[in-house]
Amino acid sequence: MAEITEIRWHGRGGQGAVTAAKILAQAAMEKGFHIQAFPEYGAERRGAPVKSFTRISKDPITIHSPIHNPSAVAVLDATLLDAVDVTEGLPEDGILVVNTVDNPADVRKKLNLKGRKVFTVDATQISIDCLGKPIPNTPMIGAVMRAAGTLPLEEVISGFKHKFSAKFQKEVIEGNIKAIKRAYEEVKTE
Amino acid sequence: MAKTLGLTGNEAVAYAIMQINPDVMAAYPITPQTALVQKFADFLADGDVDTEMILVESEHSAMSATVGASAAGARAMTATAANGLALMWEIVYIAASNRLPIVMPVINRALSAPINILCDHSDTMGCRDTGWIQIYSENAQEAYENTIQAVRIAEHPDVLLPAMVTQDGFIISHGMEDVTILEKEQVQKFVGEYKPHYPLLDPEHPVSYGPIDFHDFYFEHKKPQVDAMENAKQVILDVGREFSKLSGREYGFFDAYRMEDAEIVAIMMSSTAGTTRPVVDELRRQGIKAGLLKLRVFRPFPAEEIVAALQGKKAVAILDRAISFGAQGGALFSEVCSALYNAGQRIPVINFLYGLGGRPAEIENIQEVYQKLQRIVQTGKVDNLINYLNLRE
Repeated sequence: MAEITEIRWHGRGGQGAVTAAKILAQAAMEKGFHIQAFPEYGAERRGAPVKSFTRISKDPITIHSPIHNPSAVAVLDATLLDAVDVTEGLPEDGILVVNTVDNPADVRKKLNLKGRKVFTVDATQISIDCLGKPIPNTPMIGAVMRAAGTLPLEEVISGFKHKFSAKFQKEVIEGNIKAIKRAYEEVKTE
Repeated sequence: MAKTLGLTGNEAVAYAIMQINPDVMAAYPITPQTALVQKFADFLADGDVDTEMILVESEHSAMSATVGASAAGARAMTATAANGLALMWEIVYIAASNRLPIVMPVINRALSAPINILCDHSDTMGCRDTGWIQIYSENAQEAYENTIQAVRIAEHPDVLLPAMVTQDGFIISHGMEDVTILEKEQVQKFVGEYKPHYPLLDPEHPVSYGPIDFHDFYFEHKKPQVDAMENAKQVILDVGREFSKLSGREYGFFDAYRMEDAEIVAIMMSSTAGTTRPVVDELRRQGIKAGLLKLRVFRPFPAEEIVAALQGKKAVAILDRAISFGAQGGALFSEVCSALYNAGQRIPVINFLYGLGGRPAEIENIQEVYQKLQRIVQTGKVDNLINYLNLRE
């Protein structure tokens, strides 16, 4: 089968996991990739655990079944580590990126995790600094891109601009871009 | 020039409607409506269309307003999903029986109860006998392009029937994909200016719509609906050919994927066909002659063409994403069996009911379908005619 990068996003309703999946897809599309970004729908309640997914491929994507073995997992809310098996289906060489104040080693210990590669970033603090609100989804895109190395930072930023320039004011766009850049630089690895 | 955008199926079809720029769009604006109408309302607010938008208090009223507008002589559209379509039911029949060329995108979703908002085909399969043309889309790209083509098909003087264009709920409607969008001018040129055939608002040529019509003439008014459906077949092919010059993609009654020398074949509609393609490719790599027939047009049902495509096949599986309770399998299965029987073909067939209420159709489920077909070819026996895919028993 064709080579497809698959990313799973874990968040809580209202944190923007679906939007994150879409912004990343938009950026990849502008780089010439074929893309899918889709949510897993359950009851939509603010604060409830939610999942969303991004597929990126050089070839057209025809598959429309759920993603079970993502190459990367992004966790927008560290409290989910106690509630959801975020590493489910993540292969041995898979990437886990968590929004937390902790170091990757702490996350590894907490999850009793073997293999995989763990990254952490304090995306909540970054979004408070850059946007005045704790919405960690856009900085997490920067962190995931750094960790997964799928796309260069400039592509992610231009994807974000194109997806939202009509929807948000200039200051909001600038704040988000700042947040993406900071997370890209500050993400910690093992 | 065409441009590629990241759009959900809902947004892609809203784009199509914006580019069609219908005279009237009537819709019920809250759930079970989808984001399709919301996106269209954005286009309206931005001044991209000069459509008269009528927000109504129910889906029954949405279809009623659309029928009224269409009879008056407007190019009228609406959109719905699931229980919304169920509530429209009465007027869905009236739209077709009045020969009103309404185009209605439908997001295929399960019917209650229990309450479920996810994908299956129960809503549109339930109204397969209403007299509407039904076109099913595999992905957002097809949903966009089928919507544009449906205008020309419905409005063709040999047809004059309403058309519903479906896409799989959530899987396509809420999933973002890369979609190539034509220029608005190209779409405008393709659909052309609407010239209503018997508008109510033409005092020089007065007409009535839907008067009393008992045993004396009702039957005679039904037969032309049958003929119009038959006529639609040629129009669908002609419009598809013309559209492919714009898009580069071919549109017929179905997509025959690796069918030419196939021995075992699965027939299905919509997004699951996309998931089946890589399964067929993998089987082919193993030397197994698998094929896929993705049906695009369910009404009118292209019986002869399907029989021709299945000529010489050794075993065929038909996948239905809706149950026809008490029937001999799903509706698609019954149609294919009937077509084969009437053509004197005795190909072993098997039915799979799947995907109800959003139950995923996984790669391994599709593999199971082809494995069963291989067993049928090996043993020459069909053990179970009706099967349930990915169901806990």
